Amino acid sequence: MKNKTKTPVFHIVKRGEISRLENILIHAAALVLALVVCAILTTLLTGQNPLDVYATMFEGNFGTPRKTWIMLHLLAILLGISLALTPAFKMRFWNIGGEGQVLIGCMAAGAVMHNHPQLPNAVLLLLMLVAAIAAGAFWGFLPAFFKSKWNTNETLFTLMMNYVAIQITAYYTIRWEVPKGSGKIGIINQNDMKGWLPSIAGQQYLPTIIIVALMTIALYFYLKYSKQGYEIAVVGESEKTARYVGIKVENVIIRTMSLTGALCGLMGFLLVAGSAHTITTTLVGGRGFTGVMVAWMGKFNPLIMILTSFLLAFMGNGAQEVASRFQLNHSFSDILTGIIIFFLIGCEFFVSYKLEHTKKGKEE
Amino acid sequence: MFDIVSFLPRAVVQSIPLLCGSTGETITEKSGNLNLGIPGIMYVGAISGVIGSFFYEQSLKASGKDINTFLGIMIPLLCSMVGSLLMGLIYSFLTVSLRANQNVTGLALTTFGVGFGNFFGGSLIKLTGSDVPSIALSKTHGCFVHKLPLAAKTGWFGEIFLNYGFLVYLSIIIALVAAYILKRTRLGLNLRAVGEDPATADAAGINVNKYKYLATCIGSMIAGLGGLFYIMDYASGVWSNDGFGDRGWLAIALVIFTIWRPNVGVLASILFGALYILYLFIPTGSNPAIKEFYKMIPYVITIIVLVAVSMRKKRENQPPASLGNPYFREER
Repeated sequence: MKNKTKTPVFHIVKRGEISRLENILIHAAALVLALVVCAILTTLLTGQNPLDVYATMFEGNFGTPRKTWIMLHLLAILLGISLALTPAFKMRFWNIGGEGQVLIGCMAAGAVMHNHPQLPNAVLLLLMLVAAIAAGAFWGFLPAFFKSKWNTNETLFTLMMNYVAIQITAYYTIRWEVPKGSGKIGIINQNDMKGWLPSIAGQQYLPTIIIVALMTIALYFYLKYSKQGYEIAVVGESEKTARYVGIKVENVIIRTMSLTGALCGLMGFLLVAGSAHTITTTLVGGRGFTGVMVAWMGKFNPLIMILTSFLLAFMGNGAQEVASRFQLNHSFSDILTGIIIFFLIGCEFFVSYKLEHTKKGKEE
Repeated sequence: MFDIVSFLPRAVVQSIPLLCGSTGETITEKSGNLNLGIPGIMYVGAISGVIGSFFYEQSLKASGKDINTFLGIMIPLLCSMVGSLLMGLIYSFLTVSLRANQNVTGLALTTFGVGFGNFFGGSLIKLTGSDVPSIALSKTHGCFVHKLPLAAKTGWFGEIFLNYGFLVYLSIIIALVAAYILKRTRLGLNLRAVGEDPATADAAGINVNKYKYLATCIGSMIAGLGGLFYIMDYASGVWSNDGFGDRGWLAIALVIFTIWRPNVGVLASILFGALYILYLFIPTGSNPAIKEFYKMIPYVITIIVLVAVSMRKKRENQPPASLGNPYFREER
């Protein structure tokens, strides 16, 4: 008879409670490790010493006022998209269709901008805003409707909706291309700047940043202090509890997903009217997916999400700088983003659990 | 008239990356892991093969020797397998051992993998200081597309059935074997039990973590093969950034479309492949943009299938019951 049981050196113990300091320390340690790995990788590829790597990255973000504005704009867009996704995630509705919801917002705003340049600017902007929000809300509503009615898997449904949005955009990009055969729409209303958000204090990106800042504050209070925000939290914690206390779960799902979609549509409007002034299929650039990770890592807390978005915007911009200096491919920033996220989601384990050394010879 | 003899082989060639991706993802999902990193894994599978054969071809050039068919196939194949295995290990380690959220890990893996592929595809020449203008592995491509000897002699039959590189047949065999194992063997039964109800499987003495690790890693390697096929066979060994496109996501769509059955996947992937290139064969008339709408068809059909499956609630057509949920023994 075989009577040999293997005793592992460590076993996993669930932590009771964790102090805030310990929590921060674990995350900080993970972040430092991630930055070290990023530095080592960059050094291997470029031959630059790790400290210089970060000096280069710092310059890429703060070297000139223009670079800082670009970084702040990147930060605002990423934060805005992550915030838009937060209500649905807090409800444990796995919406990975942020990309499509933002893009269809871009598409709607761009379509209004392209087709009605004769309208007065204020009316045009308002119409673009409404169109973008409505389109985004519809893109969020569809999967939520089927989820609440027939429990259709929302992860896969929202994923597919991304590509429907992308193909619709691709269709109109070719319909409206200028010049014919270029496959690009080009800057819309370049001469009269109709449908462009006005610059504030000479800064093109400032309106976007201000709107996202307002959105952050509004969402913080909505999630934390409103009745609807509370309902979202209850449904997220336990659907059965929510039903028991009389919350109409179906309605909450549909309402919250429409809100998420609408906010994504708003971000699409900001992308088109605030900075890009055109529509392309790659306008959102994967930020619908990155936003999912930011929202998750921020534990749906808007304040932590600001930090995470800053980190990713900083590293993304910095990696671009490193890549252009060494004539490397610009996807370098995606590699660094991936590494940082691996470490940050990996460290969550050590927040909830700890490893303990198993004492030998202990009888159970 | 519609030229089926030239249409079908192109659809088949188009279908193989999708088939590999969806077979791999099906195996993974059967263990309860929803791996959204498949698109990234397929990129890594492709670029790892490219890196391997790039060095091999460079060394051949230096020594002036001719390519050895066996090495020309085995080097990229092994590199590709190792690359996608590592990706699978990252995913399993984070989601199974460290209990991280599957969707977030998968998306991070895709960001990382696509970035990894494009970065090395775009910078390999610069990094190695070679003097070639672009990555064009024509010799390796030659090894991968050795045709069956009968192909040229059997007319239309040969063109439709025999005129492919070996990876096409290998992928179809893998899909059929996977379907057999999942449905007819104890191994498959255990795996399905892990995906349906890990707590029960655990109580029955099945090592849940081992099954999850194995299914995810094997699934990743099969998916990586799809990336390798794309670059070495379909794209003639020429790397272009983002050339692989969104086939990885389409492969995940295919898993739903086939309602988690790799054997159905063989035909379904050919159907998807056909839809993917249909626009080339349908006259667009005065509106060339309409082809972008045709490309939407696979995704729309997938949504319809997903909704229909959830409405009919037929037990055997549902996703694995614990798909996407982590399993911790202590938290049952």
